[in-house]
Amino acid sequence: MNDKQKLELYWKNNLLYVIILLSIWFFVSYVCGILLVDVLSNIYLGGFRLGFWFANQGSEVIFVILIFVYVKLMNNLDRRYDVQEK
Amino acid sequence: MGILAWTWIIVGLSFSLYIAIAVWSKAKTTGDFYVAERKVPPVLNGMATGADWMSAASFISMAGLISFLGRDGAMYLMGWTGGYVLLAMLLAPYLRKYGKYTVPMFVGERYYSNSARVVAVCCAIFVSFTYVAGQMRGVGIVFSRFLEVSINTGVIIGMAIVFFYAVLGGMKGITYTQVAQYCVLIVAYLIPAIFISIMLTGNPIPQLGYGSTLSEGGQQLLGTTGGYLLDKLDALHKELGFAAYSGRGAKSMIDVFMITFALMVGTAGLPHIIIRFFTTPTIRGARASAGWALLFIAILYTTAPAVASFARFNLILSVNNKAYEQAPSWFKNWSKTGLVAWKDKNGDGKIQYAPGAAFTGPVVFAKGPDGKVEMGKQGEWLVKTPMTPIDKSKNELYVDNDIIVLANPEIAKLPNWVVALVAAGGLAAALSTAAGLLLVIAAALSHDLIKSILIPSTSEKRELIYARSAAGLAVLVAGYFGIHPPGFVAQVVAFAFGLAASSFFPIIIMGIFWKKATKEGAIAGMVCGIVFTAAYIIYFKFINPGANTPAHWWWGISPEGIGTIGMAVNFIVMYLVSKITKEPPEEVQRMVESLRYPRAI
Repeated sequence: MNDKQKLELYWKNNLLYVIILLSIWFFVSYVCGILLVDVLSNIYLGGFRLGFWFANQGSEVIFVILIFVYVKLMNNLDRRYDVQEK
Repeated sequence: MGILAWTWIIVGLSFSLYIAIAVWSKAKTTGDFYVAERKVPPVLNGMATGADWMSAASFISMAGLISFLGRDGAMYLMGWTGGYVLLAMLLAPYLRKYGKYTVPMFVGERYYSNSARVVAVCCAIFVSFTYVAGQMRGVGIVFSRFLEVSINTGVIIGMAIVFFYAVLGGMKGITYTQVAQYCVLIVAYLIPAIFISIMLTGNPIPQLGYGSTLSEGGQQLLGTTGGYLLDKLDALHKELGFAAYSGRGAKSMIDVFMITFALMVGTAGLPHIIIRFFTTPTIRGARASAGWALLFIAILYTTAPAVASFARFNLILSVNNKAYEQAPSWFKNWSKTGLVAWKDKNGDGKIQYAPGAAFTGPVVFAKGPDGKVEMGKQGEWLVKTPMTPIDKSKNELYVDNDIIVLANPEIAKLPNWVVALVAAGGLAAALSTAAGLLLVIAAALSHDLIKSILIPSTSEKRELIYARSAAGLAVLVAGYFGIHPPGFVAQVVAFAFGLAASSFFPIIIMGIFWKKATKEGAIAGMVCGIVFTAAYIIYFKFINPGANTPAHWWWGISPEGIGTIGMAVNFIVMYLVSKITKEPPEEVQRMVESLRYPRAI
């Protein structure tokens, strides 16, 4: 594998991570918090209706986790393909 | 010690701290002034971004807004946090790799065009000014409410402080004062929330507290029975004729969807937020900063809905169907500010709370010939504003959004210094956001206009002088708007987000992810996106406000949510035009490619 192919693979991998993570981003906020909110609101999580919880808190908490997962994945990917900052 | 004395002490101390930081972090070079010499550690940059982002509106008004919107309020909670995921994954690392000073500069170089850069400068200045006017006004309002000075005096004191640290310290001064301001505002927000949560549910974590059952103390305090707080709140709402608090709200699903999306991409396109990611030492640092920033923001944003439901529950139970004389003391104290007002509509001597507006316009007190406010039978201040007819609404109570956060410490019966802390927190939130915006304006003028387009021969030393003067000028203009607020300030918040969503976000994303995006494509896309969004907002907000109802909106989308469509228009136009115009020059394509890899390849 030459350098050019390696770099292309790195970029493809990066895009794959972003697509997966942004799908989760979309799912928790737009699907659970808006589109399916009424359906999910029939389920209870402690004193919260689940749909209400996703919209009010769940999405925000998952957003934070998503970014830190991205940071970890990308830092590892940088090292694996040897493109990290020196 | 009284509230006023405490407020002067705590506000005075926090202001001295900001000034001390400004003196310590004086900017010596343009690199210092624009990007703090790229030496800001990610955690601190996260805090600074949090303070930069959370404005007077987030601190003072948001919880109240949610309190009245119920579940629909979540569009603000999600919309104003979700953009950071986009920033972290689609913008921050690449723009940090690009490694220059401003957003218009990236636009200009990526699209090899000074016209694109000028359009970007105009957008950046417009978006930032609409935003900053509200902040200066916010500073004035906090001063007038807590320190008993006029709003204008408050604006001038705020201007003097921002002038000092923004002009002297530039980005470096702003960053470190923002770190301090974040600490002040988050402590001020959490303390009352934690105590109210303990008071009502016994749970010290407000985020969990509002999903818990009422404690025995809470039941006694409010004279109610046990059960989950949110269930009880839903039942109360039903009793009074409101829609269930945690159930379907007044807005349509498509509108909530579109507004949330516009706020998210708008956040990711706001220059004063993007520019914060230019200040970290590395690309790893830029990625991590976005995570820290959102963590620090989420601490407040997950507390806000808890505060909103506690306050709503407390308000209904302690005020509804009570005689004014028996209303709690916080209610009586704040009714003197006009933020809460009551007038007996049905003549039973009790406060009735119901859906609909109590008054036909803003609350104005009735004044006697001696200039003093007239009092009613129970000592309430009489309101002159006519009431809505009783067959339309039984409501007798006006409650301003802002009261929810402002009255919190008194509701929780906390000592006077906590009230003072809330004042300092509100000021910190407003000042930190104002400073970040002013820096964007200053950099756009001194770096993008003077240094790069008008007088390229400007020396580094002269440019720093220009940058300082531009920051000073921007403070003065912002202060002017704070004292003479243009009537449309409240309306233009939709503008700031809509424009950022329909201009910057698409062209930056395409600029990074699509090598073949051309100059012509970018300019056409930006112009179409902005014109579409601006026309829609201007029509419904200014030309024909009477038609601003779901029946007249296109596809049921309100002006607040139209930025999402504007963004799509921008993307599509840019794609089509780029396809039929000449490819970008080789060196631009190479530059775009190099953004993808953290190390120089």
